[in-house]
Amino acid sequence: MRVREMGLLLFKCCDKCTHFGEKPCPDFVKCRVLGPVCHDNPGCRELRKTLAARVRREDAPARVIVGMGTCGIAAGAGEVFDALQRALEGAGVVATLERTGCIGMCEQEVLVDVVLAGSPRVTYGRVTPDMVERIVVEHLVGKKPVAEWVVGEILDETRPYEDLPFYSKQHRVVLRNCGFIDPENIDEYLVHEGYVALSKILSEMTPEDVIEEVKKSGLRGRGGAGFPTGMKWQFTRKSPGERKFVVCNADEGDPGAFMDRSVLEGDPHAVLEGMIIAAYAIGAEKGYIYVRAEYPLAVSRLKLAIAQAREYGFLGHNILGSELSFDIVIKEGAGAFVCGEETALLASIQGERGMPRPRPPFPAVRGLFGMPTNINNVETYASVASIIRNGAAWYAGFGTEKSKGTKVFALAGKIKNTGLVEVPMGTTLREVVFDIGGGIKDDRKFKAVQIGGPSGGCLPESLLDLPVDYESLTGAGAIMGSGGLVVADEDTCMVDLARFFLQFVQNESCGKCVPCRIGTLRMLEILNRITEGKGVMEDVDTLTELATRVKELSLCGLGQTAPNPVLSTVRYFRDEYEAHIKDKKCPAGVCQALTSYTILAEKCRSCGLCAKVCPSGAIEVPKMPEGEGEGEGESGEELSGRRVPRKKPYEILQDRCIKCGACEKECRFDAILRR
Amino acid sequence: MPYTLTIDGKQVSVEPGTTVLEASTVAGAEIPTLCHDPALSAVGACRLCVVEVEGAKGPVASCAMPVADGMVVHTQTERILTSRRLILDLLLSDHPKDCLTCEKNGACKLQEYAYKYGVRGPTLVGHTRKPVVDRNNPFIERDNEKCILCGRCVRVCHEVQGVGAIDYAYRGFDARITPAYDEGLDQSPCVFCGSCVASCPVGALSPKLEKMTGRSWEKTKVPTICPYCGTGCAINLLVKDGRVVGVEPGDGPANHGRLCVKGRFGYEFIHHPERLTQPLVRRDGNLAPATWDEALELVAARLSGIKGRYGPDAVAGLSSARCTNEENYVMQKFMRAVIGTNNVDHCARLCHASTVAGLAAAFGSGAMTNSIDEIAMADAIFIIGSNTTETHPVIALRVKEAVARGAKLIVADPRTIELAELADVHLQHIPGTDVALLCGIMRVILKQGLFDKEFVAERTEGFEEFARSLEPYTLEFVEGITGVPAGHIVRAAHLYAEAERATILYTMGITQHTTGTDNVLAIADLAMLTGNVGREGTGVNPLRGQNNVQGACDMGALPNFFPGYQRVDDDAARARFEAAWRVDLPRKPGLTVVEMFSAAARGDIRAMYICGENPVVSDPDIGHVRGALENLDFLVAQDIFLTETAALADVVLPAASFAEKDGTFTNTERRVQLVSKAVDPPGEARSDWEIIMDLARRMGYRMEYRSTAELMEEIALLTPIYGGIRHGRLGSDGLQWPCPSVSHPGTKFLHKDRFSRGLGKFSPVNFIPPDELPDDEYPLVFTTGRVLYHYHTGSMTRRSSGLNWLCPGAYVELDPATAERHGIADGDAVKLVSRRGEVVAQAKVTEGIRPGTVFMPFHFAEAAANVLTNPAVDKIAKIPELKVCAVRVVRAHLPGAARPDLAAARTRVQTIREGIDLRKVDEIYEGFEAREGILIPMLQKMQDVYGYLPRPALERAAKLLRVPLARVYGVATFYAQFRLKPRGRNIIRVCQGTACHVRGSRDILKEVTSVLGVGPGESTDDLRFSLEPVACLGACGLAPTMMINDDTYGRLTPRKVRGILDKYK
Repeated sequence: MRVREMGLLLFKCCDKCTHFGEKPCPDFVKCRVLGPVCHDNPGCRELRKTLAARVRREDAPARVIVGMGTCGIAAGAGEVFDALQRALEGAGVVATLERTGCIGMCEQEVLVDVVLAGSPRVTYGRVTPDMVERIVVEHLVGKKPVAEWVVGEILDETRPYEDLPFYSKQHRVVLRNCGFIDPENIDEYLVHEGYVALSKILSEMTPEDVIEEVKKSGLRGRGGAGFPTGMKWQFTRKSPGERKFVVCNADEGDPGAFMDRSVLEGDPHAVLEGMIIAAYAIGAEKGYIYVRAEYPLAVSRLKLAIAQAREYGFLGHNILGSELSFDIVIKEGAGAFVCGEETALLASIQGERGMPRPRPPFPAVRGLFGMPTNINNVETYASVASIIRNGAAWYAGFGTEKSKGTKVFALAGKIKNTGLVEVPMGTTLREVVFDIGGGIKDDRKFKAVQIGGPSGGCLPESLLDLPVDYESLTGAGAIMGSGGLVVADEDTCMVDLARFFLQFVQNESCGKCVPCRIGTLRMLEILNRITEGKGVMEDVDTLTELATRVKELSLCGLGQTAPNPVLSTVRYFRDEYEAHIKDKKCPAGVCQALTSYTILAEKCRSCGLCAKVCPSGAIEVPKMPEGEGEGEGESGEELSGRRVPRKKPYEILQDRCIKCGACEKECRFDAILRR
Repeated sequence: MPYTLTIDGKQVSVEPGTTVLEASTVAGAEIPTLCHDPALSAVGACRLCVVEVEGAKGPVASCAMPVADGMVVHTQTERILTSRRLILDLLLSDHPKDCLTCEKNGACKLQEYAYKYGVRGPTLVGHTRKPVVDRNNPFIERDNEKCILCGRCVRVCHEVQGVGAIDYAYRGFDARITPAYDEGLDQSPCVFCGSCVASCPVGALSPKLEKMTGRSWEKTKVPTICPYCGTGCAINLLVKDGRVVGVEPGDGPANHGRLCVKGRFGYEFIHHPERLTQPLVRRDGNLAPATWDEALELVAARLSGIKGRYGPDAVAGLSSARCTNEENYVMQKFMRAVIGTNNVDHCARLCHASTVAGLAAAFGSGAMTNSIDEIAMADAIFIIGSNTTETHPVIALRVKEAVARGAKLIVADPRTIELAELADVHLQHIPGTDVALLCGIMRVILKQGLFDKEFVAERTEGFEEFARSLEPYTLEFVEGITGVPAGHIVRAAHLYAEAERATILYTMGITQHTTGTDNVLAIADLAMLTGNVGREGTGVNPLRGQNNVQGACDMGALPNFFPGYQRVDDDAARARFEAAWRVDLPRKPGLTVVEMFSAAARGDIRAMYICGENPVVSDPDIGHVRGALENLDFLVAQDIFLTETAALADVVLPAASFAEKDGTFTNTERRVQLVSKAVDPPGEARSDWEIIMDLARRMGYRMEYRSTAELMEEIALLTPIYGGIRHGRLGSDGLQWPCPSVSHPGTKFLHKDRFSRGLGKFSPVNFIPPDELPDDEYPLVFTTGRVLYHYHTGSMTRRSSGLNWLCPGAYVELDPATAERHGIADGDAVKLVSRRGEVVAQAKVTEGIRPGTVFMPFHFAEAAANVLTNPAVDKIAKIPELKVCAVRVVRAHLPGAARPDLAAARTRVQTIREGIDLRKVDEIYEGFEAREGILIPMLQKMQDVYGYLPRPALERAAKLLRVPLARVYGVATFYAQFRLKPRGRNIIRVCQGTACHVRGSRDILKEVTSVLGVGPGESTDDLRFSLEPVACLGACGLAPTMMINDDTYGRLTPRKVRGILDKYK
């Protein structure tokens, strides 16, 4: 086993090399991967080649790679990593044990890849520590994969797992390195064409050229609103100001979204490179990344990446020997969703309450500390280097007429393949949910897909063939948002889901403007009434009217989009509202006040557990008719190792039931029906 | 190029940068607003001002939207009206409908718009806020339930007042405006200026003194001028049934709608029961009521008798800086024409006599060169010897405004006064070393070539000699004398000299010295050296202390000047006055205030007529003053209260207060402004001018004025600088002198192209130490000053229960080292002893004062600072050295200690009990490279250290960052991450995101709750666990998820949760 080596590409080949972090060489990137460039010496060339190969692990006889994004860690990747370390040492295997970011298949976490020299990359899914021993022994020592645990084989990193439907429809631009490189090692980013775009713009392009290129690519803000990125850069460049700022909005607050997190954890340098290019284009000297503090791993990987970039001369004074000086500071959010709104975000960086202010003036004119400021989100910046490297036309080749390029989505909820996917704009919802996502978990019935978080909408089955692009989604009453897709099945109550989002918005409203502060509360109160069975049909109209006004009148994007989940559920799932109001029923059996529990006589084994846990004494010991139940019944069954007499099924007294669900949770025979 | 817009079909042209709201107003459209205040930043919070702009996606908040050329705006469409109705509906759904008893009824904007838009009551009902009323202070009642969160109070408190006593806290529906920690205003840094009350559009903030005094429409507004400091703020007296029941700020040129606590709430003295209502005559040693005839006949007889027996110079008069110009004119005319002496002076002798002398010598005119408004335009402001926020609160706002705009601020003061905290450099010099300090600064400017050579060459004289005189003032030398580090002196020199427009503000810290005139000359030298005179936004600006001290000087209530600074020994001038007044006038200048008391003590002065002054408290060495007054044959006091001085008088004449008479006051910027009668004087009290006129008649001199306007005509005739002043011309903006003719618009700043004396005159000055220096017996330097809540000798302010509540008594400021040496703790009683007497007061131990210096305010008769002060005077101006003398301090016993500082005590207790080491906050602060925007990162690091945010740590952070505590509290309650209470060692964060929600996170939360027995947001009793649900952890692919400390867990089931929690138990 070999420990990771850092800084391999900083080695000087000989005295002729003049590169220092403080005084970097313009040809640094090209030199380290293909070099040397400034002089011709076979020895030096050989050294460069060897070092680059080492970084690529081409010299490793065997590699074991653990997916160590947050999802991986949440699933237990830490323990698996430790177990692998022990097992490899124990078996005396010569192999590198590496970590990588999220490859996207959350559902299969923990993911462990094994690469034997000369063989394709084999991936194991749902690995637990007790599986490790066998993988080491059979695959690494015995050179034979443990077939039953294999998820797939990677042949080509740009199109991984061609045989898996999860990947076959994806195009990975933003995610190109996620799950393939070690995000904590800048060398790995470099050998995967990292900082090539930066070198290119500094040596070949003027700031205006860069802006033009980004404009031509058709890239639009991936934070949700979809404003053309090149135009934003141009505005900021043209705004007069003593100093200018580049800000990365990594305050990914939408519940159900984790695209930015995965990119920051899996390929932080891609974001940095995008920001440096933006700084060059607009003329900024300082950048801020505003990242959620709830993402500690992303924060620590960003910090590491920034330190490495400084050491290598990609940040700091005279970047790669050019006139460009730029540095980046991380600001950790402190738990306020509204700080994803750009003016609130800027206020927060300035140390204030994250209260949005009216625009204009836009940040491009008056932003951070009153200076022109360019704000883009993580995914936008992460797209930039690839656009510069491959050209605007290449990027514009993906997507639809007005929505170019690819978009990353986070698949979550009642879907089989939860995870992270990147598809060309215009891919249909059906392709995403069914082809890539594998359909509904436990083969339940699809009900809706919630797109765009609290700002977005709930789309029904009839809209599954909607192409995913900015215009189509807005037309359907949803928004692209940042890209969270939460799938709901028949067990999800749409009224409850709307209520959930309004509760969220009400908790997160900054309290500044009247429609958002009071209006959303009044909406929430109506929804609470409906889910409690106290609604009347006029409530739906009041709700719709109120939602429409709050949307129009609110000061910032939070309030302006907060009614979307309500409006879209009323629009597409009106029947559920009616069921709650008219029939006093929650069809999904979610809304507690409208739910009743009954015991299915045919399934009840009369074990009595439900009666024991019932806090209100609503489950009765059945009364035995005379003569019955004495002695051992004919059909008495083995339970807890002893024979019990056959009894009559238990019953729930509805007037005493407080609908806590304790009985349902406790029952081992699925005998309790919630309706 | 103006933009042209179409608003409701009408075309209007406005300048770019105008808002749609302003443009609509130009077009005549009526747009309702709640959060908008043109004097404050636009926030667009209430959304009531929405309009439709063609091409815009939805309704647009017009208050925050700048116009664009060709914009087409509709302000009254049905869609817009419906929107506005909804906003009002929503506001009313969380607003008490108690207009019947609300003080704001009739003046409430919400009520007005509800009426206009026909919103009878909320159609949407629901949850409302809990009412919380803060009334634990004398002046302002805050009713949270009525608050509509428009934020005007917050903005005015921050943007205009620069205090930040209140701020937004919490968020969502719980958002509220509050002082830090939801405490009362009494616990906050509130200075009770009342700006928030004035700005509040609803009944959430109301003036307590006005409670139940009548409805807004029942009160008459009488515009007049504030009776306190020399700023000359416009106010409106609210009058009902012959009583002043309230004060509103007026939009005057000096204050633009701003006021301080005294002007706004210090009006109780007007109808105070202790007002003098009839003349008093001493009979058998006691003052007893008398008729006006009795009293005035007695005064006429005694004054005539003494004049006849000892000559006119045996009589002396003190005029009053609080009386009108007309009254001062009459008073000095009475002394000169009726008594026949120039023995007339007033308290300007004690404040700006040296200014008058010094600036007259340097420039030819002894007044503030520029206007108050111009302070805000300056690029550098040098404040020396002025605690502006306390003495001239409204002028200090202009300083803060300039600083907020980026102006540099230099403060020279032995104490860390409030403005010193804002300053770019604070020169904390030893009291009495101003000349050395100024010479040091000027030498740097000269040596480094930072001076204005052209200005010096063309506009001044005496430069060579002056320049030579600076030679000895090397940095080492000056540092040795002043105690100010050389680096600070150099920095100050650069900041001042390199500014395009620099202004100097000063007050008593410069003037009240035996070298007062030298100090002023040095300041004039500094301004001339850098060419900072005669231009807008520059100048030498002595801030005058009393409402009409400028006017009293202008009117010749001075022993050597007739009105308009015409010398009494100038034969031509005297001839003019003799002709006009039809008497022979004395040529010899009279005695100054301090000289009068010495003469009285010697028996040379036999009678005094003291009008509206209280020298027994205000003058130096008051033991001596009292003795002198007791030595007189006859003393007349004319006042509105029986002051400490009046109590010694033989005859006391009841006068009218400012609210009860007409006339003019001249403020510190030379602005003559109208004072209007609002109510009748109490009892038989009469205006000072009427009393003196009556007395003159009884003494055989014809003085007949029918009105003060007529008086002003005589003044104008004889006083060239007032030549164009007529009551009829003054209007609401007044006129600034010089105003030589009735067509002259007045003068905004002096010495524009030439100095009043022709060329500006440089005067070499030399450092001379104060008259009395510390020695072994009296080792400390004693200095005096004012506090915000009181005024002069307190005759008015100490009759306001509210002002007394806020500042109940005297105190002594000591530095910690001196305090420790004498075994004195904060709050102990201490005795100060000087060569002239001793006083006892409460100790206030503070790091904000120069070691070895002690400070005391002089307002309090029962602990009068002037018992201690030194009557030594400046040779030229005869101003006493009130600012420096030598004292010693000992611990003492004080009966009935003042109100203890509860907030500070609580902080101490919490710091000790919770074992909070505040040095960690300092370390965290020092750890940041830049100071820009570090509040949130600091709080995050503090929370890492302490586990939560303890109050003392927040207070420390606020102090280090110079951010108001209310703002820090607002930030700490806004972000979900921050906790203000101790929390568990293990933090459990259960994800409440959408994916987790649909996958059953409710059950996870329930499980944690049932296993640990804690609800969301709570901690277990043993502080092992805290349960803190979060919006989304971003591991949605493994929903439901939770985090314990830094460990993330996914694919949870209730059963799994139980096992995980066990690991942490």
